[in-house]
Amino acid sequence: MSSAAGTPPALLSVERLSMRFGGLAAIDDLSLKVPAGRITGVIGPNGAGKTTLFNCLTGFYRPSAGGIRLHHPQLGVLRLETLPSHEVARRARVVRTFQNIRTFARMTVLENLLVAQHNVLQRASFFSLAGLFGRKAYRRAEEDALARAAGWLDRLGLIEHADTPAGSLPYGLQRRVEIARALCVDPLLLCLDEPAAGLNPRESGELNELLLRLVAEERLTLLLIEHDMSVVMNVCDHICVLNYGRRIAEGTPTEIRNDPQVIAAYLGEEDESVPEPPAKTWARQRADEEAA
Amino acid sequence: MPATLAERGRDAAAAAAIALLLGIPMIGLTTVDQGGALRVQTRWPWLAVFVIAVFCGRWLLRYGLDRLRTRRTRARSDSTGTAARPAPGGRLPGALAWLTFGISLALPLVFSDNRYVIDTATTVLIYVMLGWGLNVVVGLAGLLDMGHAAFYAVGAYAYALLSTRFGWGFWEALPVAALIAAVFGLAVGWPSLRLRGDYLAIVTLGFGEIIRVVLLNGAEFSGGPNGISQIPRPSFFGLPFAPPGEAPTFAAFFGLEFSPMHRILFLYYVILMLALLTNALVLRLRRLPIGRAWEAMREDEIACRALGMNVTHIKLSAFALGAVLGGVAGVFFAARQGFISPESFTFNESAIILAIVVLGGMGSQFGVVLASLVLVLLPEIGRDFAEYRMLLFGAAMILIMIWRPGGILAQREPTLRLAAKDRRV
Repeated sequence: MSSAAGTPPALLSVERLSMRFGGLAAIDDLSLKVPAGRITGVIGPNGAGKTTLFNCLTGFYRPSAGGIRLHHPQLGVLRLETLPSHEVARRARVVRTFQNIRTFARMTVLENLLVAQHNVLQRASFFSLAGLFGRKAYRRAEEDALARAAGWLDRLGLIEHADTPAGSLPYGLQRRVEIARALCVDPLLLCLDEPAAGLNPRESGELNELLLRLVAEERLTLLLIEHDMSVVMNVCDHICVLNYGRRIAEGTPTEIRNDPQVIAAYLGEEDESVPEPPAKTWARQRADEEAA
Repeated sequence: MPATLAERGRDAAAAAAIALLLGIPMIGLTTVDQGGALRVQTRWPWLAVFVIAVFCGRWLLRYGLDRLRTRRTRARSDSTGTAARPAPGGRLPGALAWLTFGISLALPLVFSDNRYVIDTATTVLIYVMLGWGLNVVVGLAGLLDMGHAAFYAVGAYAYALLSTRFGWGFWEALPVAALIAAVFGLAVGWPSLRLRGDYLAIVTLGFGEIIRVVLLNGAEFSGGPNGISQIPRPSFFGLPFAPPGEAPTFAAFFGLEFSPMHRILFLYYVILMLALLTNALVLRLRRLPIGRAWEAMREDEIACRALGMNVTHIKLSAFALGAVLGGVAGVFFAARQGFISPESFTFNESAIILAIVVLGGMGSQFGVVLASLVLVLLPEIGRDFAEYRMLLFGAAMILIMIWRPGGILAQREPTLRLAAKDRRV
């Protein structure tokens, strides 16, 4: 680790990235460095362009301008903006999860994790042809894939749900299935889009622990979008704040917490009073009427 | 929410009132011919019977539906919380499948001189084969293909042309025709890669029609509306099924008396074997990476891409395999009929094949068998009812969809379980 001030070299550098949809600039001239082996948080109000940034990183959108370089330890510098989405995951090993959960709902959790190892298994089975005849090489590869899947299930506390259809699990577990599935791709950079959304405080505490452990034990680099400040402030080494597609601040959690611009745009005052939700929502009222 | 007695009564009374209103002119009054003059006659007792029947019928219908709904909600509330419950009746379809297999093997021995039974069974098997082919595309890969008859036609015409023009035999033509069908599968898959659901259905439907219209108009190669006739029948590995003559025949070789039933039985076993091979192939593929990728793509294409899977390849492979299986069924069809024309490959055919897959329960292999039995046998049984046949057919379809909206066998079996490997320790 050669660079000054103890920050490791960047694994990913986003350079002057812009993404325009017609007249709207969802991302406007954004530059960002994601240091290797650290957790970088991306925060900002709704519509700030966080998910758009992820979509550009993972090849789902083609940026209007600018570049995204990944410093791959084996393959050198890869220009992510030129790769199609599946190549971003396969070659560059940049894997993402989704804000709205996207598990393979009717398949079991274990199957979800095996699908994530599709490319490895497909190569081992010679595009499934050798697998047709139950060749030994393929069977060994399948054993390995199963062992890897079981290993992650075990570490994420999902092992007893291995044979349950993913779609029938509670929300918090489905989020974990999605993370486990992404881990099965063996990522260099794991991009998590609001992993704590919909989790209760205990669950988000567990998530914090998991994220820290992944970085410590697996030497993974994490990039995460999150609204839950208990997650962001506790696990991130480095935070980037977006507003209207621009970076308005960057720095350590302490710096961000005290940045006046960030407080104005996003964090708000310390004792922000959350307005009470209406006592009875329309949906609840209807449900009550029906029950009567 | 179950209706109360009064509510049900009110509902039934409303239905009865409408029946009364309609019934007065339609049943209550009738004209009779009396010495050349028409006279209006009343039939009030008939009308009363009709109205009472409507009242009772409506009441019973409501009652039945309510019962069904309460039972379903109760079942749902039972099942939450006990996630790891074994699949209900998971073993029953398995046993049934083996039983069906046994029956299909023994059927020709029992009915060896009943041509009608064997012919019908062969037709069922053709549809089973077509259903299994489409099941890969629709049931596993989740691509709504409404033009499967096109691949069936390609297979049939490929064999017909190869055999009548170039003198190819059934067994040589089979793989080549399958390959040609695969090419057509890719040809429809490639331009429609970005489409899903309804849009894909429209494109495939159009493709099916294009193939049929081309066959209808390409008079010099496909015979146009006259089709192709005198397609050679498959021989028993070189021994023709023919009355004794100069060349050695099947009957002469085995020292049997010639009977036209030999060929019928042979054809039955050929399609049975092709169908079993198809089944083995699809069941195996489902457990391989490509099969799981098909299912994953059905569940969420975007997630597949985010995991590094090339959705293009996965989609095209599903289309190609579905087309190959449809093509093989087509080859067999042409060889069995000896005559084909575009008439046999209309949209109606595609719709029936799709109905078989949906009715059977998407992705379920044995469900396809059950649905083929239902869809082929129902019209056959209904022959005695002449014009009511289609009514019967439609009613049965509606009933099945009410009772089992996910198809006859909607249960999905996981391709592998962790339980069997790790929990045993």
